[in-house]
Amino acid sequence: MKIEKRERNGVTILELEGKITIGKGDVVLRDAVQQLLSAGVTKMLIHLGKVTTIDSSGVGELVSAFTTVTNRGGKLKLVNLPPKVNDILQITQLITVFEVFDNEDEALASF
Amino acid sequence: MAERQLHLTVGSRFENVELVQAAIDEAIAERGANDDARHWVGLAVREAVANAIKHGNRQDPGKRVEVDLTIDGGEIDIRVEDQGEGFDPENVRDPLAEENRFRSNGRGIFYMRRFMDDVSYESTPGGGTVVRMRKRIAPRAEGTQER
Repeated sequence: MKIEKRERNGVTILELEGKITIGKGDVVLRDAVQQLLSAGVTKMLIHLGKVTTIDSSGVGELVSAFTTVTNRGGKLKLVNLPPKVNDILQITQLITVFEVFDNEDEALASF
Repeated sequence: MAERQLHLTVGSRFENVELVQAAIDEAIAERGANDDARHWVGLAVREAVANAIKHGNRQDPGKRVEVDLTIDGGEIDIRVEDQGEGFDPENVRDPLAEENRFRSNGRGIFYMRRFMDDVSYESTPGGGTVVRMRKRIAPRAEGTQER
């Protein structure tokens, strides 16, 4: 999995591409979120539009990132969920845990 | 006679999850599984093999995971066997329970049960675990092409 980092309106956007799966993407995501937290970043938007596959480890990593950021007083939101990623979060009832947006402008305005 | 059979033996490394999924995907695609079936079966396979490596074999490089695929009359039958110390499927936490919602693990078996028609567990004589997953696939109609 690749991650591109950019910033807009004071929010750090992590654009994920590829597979968030065990032993690979999950570790990359965890490290990226940890690095941002260490740098004092508290507003994060995870862009999932180019994610092709997410497994239970990837979902676990998203949940873990969400709780870690929230516990530190920050906000982590999701944008552009491909239908199959949306399905995965739906069936474990996590779609209501995250704040999810269809487009980046709406998501940024919500911070 | 079964239409298609595949047997794989892999070491307990997470890179092999990818390999097993790719091999099974190719086999079921050849038998006409549509894109949706390929995606969800692929995820179930990933979860089963990852569990075998992580929880069954505890990533012990000396232990192997055996995978068998049979496709017979439109039914996919996948068997994933580890060399671990056994597993009680009754002791799995419900990931939908409020107290488990924010846990970072414990969703793999739930996903497998959602993506496949039937998932069952048994112990091997050596103490390991076999997970067996079955799903009926609707083959593409003759002459049509999947997007």
